[in-house]
Parts: sequence; C-alpha cells; structure tokens
Amino acid sequence: MKRQTLGLAIVALALLALPLVLTQIGTAWVRIANLAILFIFLSLGLNIVVGMAGLLDLGYVAFYAVGAYTWALLASPHFDLHLPFWVILPLGALFACIAGAVLGAPTLRLRGDYLAIVTLGFGEIVRIFMNNLSAPFNITNGPKGITRIDGMRIGDFNFTQTDTLLGIAFTGPAKYYYLLLLLLLGVIVVNLRLQNSRIGRAWVAIREDEIAAKAVGINTRNVKLLAFAMGASFGGIAGGMFAAMQGFVSPESFVLNESIMILAMIVLGGMGNVWGVIAGALLLSFVPEFLRYSVEPLQRAVFGRMLIDPEVLRMLLFGIALVLTMRFRPAGLWPEKRHQREMSQALEGTGA
Amino acid sequence: MNTPQERKFALLEAVDLEVHYGGIAAVKGVSFAVEEGEMVCLIGANGAGKTSTLKALARMIPSRGEIRYKTERLDRLPSHALIKMGLALVPEGRGIFARLTVAENLAMGAYHRSDKAGIAADLEHVYGLLPRLKERAEQLAGTLSGGEQQMLAIGRALMGRPKLLLLDEPSMGLAPLMVEKVFEVIRAVAAEGVTIFLVEQNARLALHTCSRGYVMESGKITLADSSARLLADPRVRAAYLGE
Repeated sequence: MKRQTLGLAIVALALLALPLVLTQIGTAWVRIANLAILFIFLSLGLNIVVGMAGLLDLGYVAFYAVGAYTWALLASPHFDLHLPFWVILPLGALFACIAGAVLGAPTLRLRGDYLAIVTLGFGEIVRIFMNNLSAPFNITNGPKGITRIDGMRIGDFNFTQTDTLLGIAFTGPAKYYYLLLLLLLGVIVVNLRLQNSRIGRAWVAIREDEIAAKAVGINTRNVKLLAFAMGASFGGIAGGMFAAMQGFVSPESFVLNESIMILAMIVLGGMGNVWGVIAGALLLSFVPEFLRYSVEPLQRAVFGRMLIDPEVLRMLLFGIALVLTMRFRPAGLWPEKRHQREMSQALEGTGA
Repeated sequence: MNTPQERKFALLEAVDLEVHYGGIAAVKGVSFAVEEGEMVCLIGANGAGKTSTLKALARMIPSRGEIRYKTERLDRLPSHALIKMGLALVPEGRGIFARLTVAENLAMGAYHRSDKAGIAADLEHVYGLLPRLKERAEQLAGTLSGGEQQMLAIGRALMGRPKLLLLDEPSMGLAPLMVEKVFEVIRAVAAEGVTIFLVEQNARLALHTCSRGYVMESGKITLADSSARLLADPRVRAAYLGE
C-alpha cells in the first residue's frame, strides 16, 4: 500500500516536472507532449465506441473536427466572436455529442464492416464540408482554414504567454500541458468509472451478443446512441483544446489518416482497457516524433548523406510495429483483463 | 358478450402471426396459445418458420398480427421491455456473452432488476439448479462446453425471474447425453411453475417433455394436439419421428 503511494507520488512528480525538462531540450517537445495528451483523449473516446461497445468507427476524427471548428469559429477574428472558454469548450463537446448521435441514429442496425464503411464516409463528409463551406456564405473559410484563433484564457491568466513563477519560466505550451494534464485526470476518472458501471456492462453485452443483450432487457438503441454520443464528446473537447493550442485549424488536420491512427493506438495498446489505450496513444505519439528527429542525423552520421526520407521510414517502422504486435500480442500490449484471461485459458485448454 | 374483464386470457397468445423477410413470407399467419403452467412445444423441420415465430414473439424481428401476453399487446413493445413483464428468451445458438465470466453472465440476466437481496437469492437458486455453473463461476463463458453454455443461457434467463420461458432449439449442436441433461433442467424449471414454450427440431424429445405441441410446416401450423396424440399420429411419425 505504502509502496503504491510512493510509486504514484513519483509518477505524479515526473509528470509535473516533464515540461520543465522538455523545455530544456526544445519547446517543440512540450508541444509534442501536449498533442500526445490530446491523442489520449481521442483514443479514450474512441475506446468507448470501439473497445467497449464493439462498434467499429473509422470516422472518429470528425468529432475532433467539430470540436476544433466550434472553438475556431466562436473565438477568432473570423466572425469577430471571442467567447470565453467555459462557453465554447462545453459547446464543442455538445456539438460533437450531437454529431455522434446523428451518426449513430441511422447506423443502429449496422455492425462490423458495414458500420466501418458508413462511419468512414461520415468522417470524410465532415471534412469535405469544412473544406467547402466557404461559399456562398463564408462559414469555415474553406481549405485556407481559420487563423489567429484565441488561445485559452482563464480570467487574466493567458495560456499563450510566458509567465515566471518562483524564478522558473513557464512557456505557453508548458502551461497548456498542466491544463491538459488536469483535464486528462478527469477524463481517465470518467472512463474508469464507465468501465465498471451499469452502462459499461450494457456496452460490453452489446459487443458480445446483441440479441442476448436485448433479451436481458438492455435498450440497445439508446445504449448504442449513448456510446456514440459520449465517445464523440471526448473528441469534441480534444478538438477545442487543439484549436486553442495551435491557433489555426484547417480541414487538412482532420483526414482519414488521423482516424486510422487513433484506431491503431487503441488496437496496439489494448482495446477496452483504459491503461492499455493510454499506453498505445503515448507510444504512437512519441515514437514517430522521436524518429523524425533522430533518423536524419543518424543517417548523415552513418552514411554521410540521407538515404531514406524520415517520413517514409516512419510509416515503414510504424507498419512493421503494428504487424509484429498483432502477430505476438493480438490483444494489444496491455490488454483488457478478460482478454488476457481468455488467452491464458485457451492455452490451458490446449495443454489439458 | 365478451368484455375484456370477463374474458379468460391465455398467458401467451398469437393470432394470425406473420413474419416476412423482404418479400418472402417465413411465417404465414399462425395462431396458438399457451396457458399458465403449461409446457408447450412447436416442432417442425428446418426452415419451417419455428425460430422466426419465436423471434417474433420475443420482438427481435418485426411481424404482423397480434401477440398477447396476458392482457398486454406484445406486438407494440420493444424487445427489451419483455423481461420486465416476466418473459425471458433463451436465444438460438445459446447467445451467451462469451468474453464475460459465468458469474457476470448470470448477473447480466438480472440487468433490469435492482432488488439486491432477491438477485442474490436467485443466484443461489440457479447455482443449486445448475451446480456446474457454480464450479465455473469465474471462467469465461466462451470457454465452456456447448452443453454448459446452453445451461448458462437458461440460468441467465432464470435470473430475470421469468413467468414464461421461450426456448429456441436448446438441443441444437449438443451431444445426446448433454441434450438429456439440458432437458432435465428444463423439466426442473417447469416443475417450479415457470411456463415453457419450446421450439425444437428434435420432435420426439420435445413431445415427450411437453404436454402439448404444435407442428409447423412451411410457415403454417398444420397440427395441434396433445403430445400423446401427436406421438401416435401417423403423419407425425412418418415426417418427424423417422418411423
């Protein structure tokens, strides 16, 4: 018990010190850490839909886009609106939630590959809308995107400038980091509670057998809609924070690749398990960035020139890593407990 | 005159029930009734429309015609409302939650209930009836044998404390010895006062278990009688008992 507390304290301290250390290496790394946390938000949201309720959603990035554009449109010179964060962030979550229900309602009878195709289409539709809603009325400013978006600001505390506290300089990204860490704590608590709740059990029941779920009295329609809506709202919050941090959004940030990446994070980490999903999101956020910064100097040092473009190598290594994981740890790096049990019981079964 | 108050209602009654898949009629206007405390079976060949009939009763698929449970019109209710009224389905092919444990599966059977003491008592009761489930309480349901999975599906339905149990082909895919065990459990459940409506391809076993039976052929009920008379009927003997 005591050791656990100590371990937790060390992790907490490390997380709190992280941006100060990263700032020494380069502010870019603090930004990368912030994006990693956003990807944890997104993976945990998608995990509700795919991991718990078993509904394969390939258009999840659409909800991220809805959240981001909500912030961008309501807090930028584009419409000359500058609403405070406590209005836009919940509003972004709400709009994403509604978008989730809009996607969920017509797809209630679909499962597996069919659902995957429809959700994929939905994700693309949202992106194309953002791309084209510039005429006859300029709503989204089309492919040029929206610039000079307001940053996060709580009262007089501005997240875009550097502040000095006790002789330590806290840059903008570092301040965002602490805010995101706080939000993340909330998101994790909500997810852990959901996992063991009545509604969480209903999601798992639907994933396992829909007819049986109906037979035990689960209103599968409402419960599925709730999975879509709740999962989407996490995406909406992440989107809002993304817009605030970057100060710029355009449809390019919300392509299909992003949806696939988020799905890969939860599959790699361990579908259904909150900690596995977090591990997957961290791994797939940091390793590619690390490669981006290391591959080029390494090649120059060894070969004296660039042989392979880092971007190409990154995708290659990423693909190999996914294939190897699926080959040797098919339930993910850190699987849901019941997955683990299933595997070990299957092994016992063959041994007996 | 027959006013609703005076009329005696069966526990379950279907009138002119029809099921269509696209343009194809699988069930073409069948009518039957099950009285409280009875064990009734619906037998017939593969593709006769038995499972479609049962799925329509459980509101898993859309249908035409009237379905009444006591005085309530079931055909106007969604499937998830039935268990609260005391009507439980044991789905075809067992339909258990494979990646939940046996105990979790049974707990899901009481999903609509909140009386903790009652649920705990019913769990003990189910474990008493099906001791194998207690032995395997912490095992994942998907790792059970076929017969054990069928027992689990029945146990889970009992956790809803049903008055009427709808069973869809409980013998399907099971070894003969296991089939016998499953039917012993069904008889034990009936002996406790639960009404049973059984859909079964194994006509001999179904008729020997139930007191009454309906015979279904290409979407229609062609015979309805007591089990003894159906067992003696030359048409049934020729078509379903292999004699």
